[in-house]
Amino acid sequence: MSFYKQYQRFKDFDYASFFNRLTDQDIRRIINKNRLSELDYLALLSPRAEKCLEEMAQKAHRLTIQHFGRVILLYTPLYLADYCINSCVYCGFRVQNKFARKKLSLDELESEARVIAGTGLKHILILTGESRKHSPVSYIKECVEILKKYFTSIGIEIYPLEEAEYAELVFAGVDGLTIYQEVYDEQVYSEVHPAGPKRDYRFRLDAPERACRAGIRSVNVGALLGLYDWRTEAFFTGLHANYLQNSYPDVEVSISPPRMRPYPGGAAPRVMVNDKNLVQYMLAFRLFVPRGGISISTRERPELREYLIKLGTTRMSAGSCTAVGGRSGADKSTGQFEISDERDVATMARVIYSHGYQPVYKDWQTI
Amino acid sequence: MSDPLIIGGQKLFSRLFLGTGKFPNNKMIPEAVTASGAQVVTIALRRVDPEFPEENIVNFVPKGCILMPNTSGARNAREAVRIARMARAAGCGNWVKIEVIADNRYLLPDNYETIKATEELAADGFVVLPYVSPDLMVARKLAEVGAAAVMPLGAPIGSNRGLQTRELIRILIEEISLPVIVDAGIGRPSQAAEAMEMGAAAVLVNTAIATAGDPVAMARAFGRAVEAGRAAFLAGPGEVQRYARASSPLTGFLRDED
Repeated sequence: MSFYKQYQRFKDFDYASFFNRLTDQDIRRIINKNRLSELDYLALLSPRAEKCLEEMAQKAHRLTIQHFGRVILLYTPLYLADYCINSCVYCGFRVQNKFARKKLSLDELESEARVIAGTGLKHILILTGESRKHSPVSYIKECVEILKKYFTSIGIEIYPLEEAEYAELVFAGVDGLTIYQEVYDEQVYSEVHPAGPKRDYRFRLDAPERACRAGIRSVNVGALLGLYDWRTEAFFTGLHANYLQNSYPDVEVSISPPRMRPYPGGAAPRVMVNDKNLVQYMLAFRLFVPRGGISISTRERPELREYLIKLGTTRMSAGSCTAVGGRSGADKSTGQFEISDERDVATMARVIYSHGYQPVYKDWQTI
Repeated sequence: MSDPLIIGGQKLFSRLFLGTGKFPNNKMIPEAVTASGAQVVTIALRRVDPEFPEENIVNFVPKGCILMPNTSGARNAREAVRIARMARAAGCGNWVKIEVIADNRYLLPDNYETIKATEELAADGFVVLPYVSPDLMVARKLAEVGAAAVMPLGAPIGSNRGLQTRELIRILIEEISLPVIVDAGIGRPSQAAEAMEMGAAAVLVNTAIATAGDPVAMARAFGRAVEAGRAAFLAGPGEVQRYARASSPLTGFLRDED
């Protein structure tokens, strides 16, 4: 099986005329449905549905409380290495960018881990660029062995792996996979990934599924908002999440709606995605996949993140740093992109409490 | 009148079990426990964090309560058994609520894996309370392998839909000698009372309390509803009649003959 088949079903769909045919009544009827079809979800992503955002928000809020409670899970990213052989036009780590690359030694990793663990966080997400030479699976495994001493849940956001490699990492103690397709539109994908192994659209698209087969506990998918029309990209992300949930019912599926952020010398987004668009996407997804997680990172502004707490968010990063070695201070490298919400973990926790929600530091236990 | 529920050798005077997930603030947990009178409190081991006392959920359960760790997150019997043993090793006692869920859409339990986990843990000295879809054969099997109670769902977790599985639960109550504790789906105090009137030994409530506008007040309401339902059950409710009772009985002419 592959999500590619689902993608092909809607690849040449006439989105404009579907959106044009929708009436206000259609949108209201869909909001009140118990279970939404794929096209219902698409309808909620339409320009027409923008008028009904408040109604969508009320329902999304209710559904999120029902399924997740007034609870926000906290996690933080930890960059292991920034060596990368890809040329993604939107990313600060692209091979063309000349800066001193860095990879954490295991000792440095341990210092970083200690600093993060001191904030109380138990969920860590480790990241690398794509370089099997500098950050091979064996290195990731060594890092996981160290991180297990400090964290009870370890997610990876690294280059796509083979199923057996995912199994190896799951066995080593990794329980979550985050991998963004970046852009589902195949044509645009090829344009923004002009060189490097990442040009293989299918290998990346099927990565979450390989991880599911390898026994991973949770997968997080997403499109990088700003690379192409957000409505169809949000649609494919939702379909992807839904496909994974249907095919692997024992896996927790979530999405991230990351918006492009500036990086030193980086390209501007091709498409602007405003706050209203972002909110519409989150609400539509919540109504389509009521139990799906939604992750909001520090890419977003502090005040916006606070509003999003009540609009379907289930996880938030805090105290983030996109540079290798950024926590312990020694020898910090260049960041992947600029973050927007720089508040530390304790502050974020207080803020979440102030909105009547509980910040959760630990919601998994390596078993 | 003393009417204790005995599970695992413990005498319980409250028949409301409380879940601790989804609260807006852990500080509400002890208040909710007190207001409801609950004596058995379930916690997910995945949330237990001995290294962070200020946030560790265990520290919010009042002393004197029976801790019932649950195996939330277990996808099969093997994982449930591991989680149960980790909980016991972490000092959470020897009660365990087995929760094996491999379906993230409805969170319905896997009865087959639950039986396997129950058998292994009961043999290992745990007081095992398995969460299941109501099914008579499964309940019999659970009794056979040493479960301390059976916890059938009234409706999917968090759905607040009440006793959708009423008929199947009724059969369990009639046929199974173990305490039947309705777990999951109870959304209102009236639904909890209804389960108790049917003869359920207890009910377990979490979402309906934790996500209420005022969780502590709702906990109190549930406590009272459970007491009322139990009292009604013990009082022997009158039969439900479809017609008014005839004032001129058909057999009124019969007399005892000397």
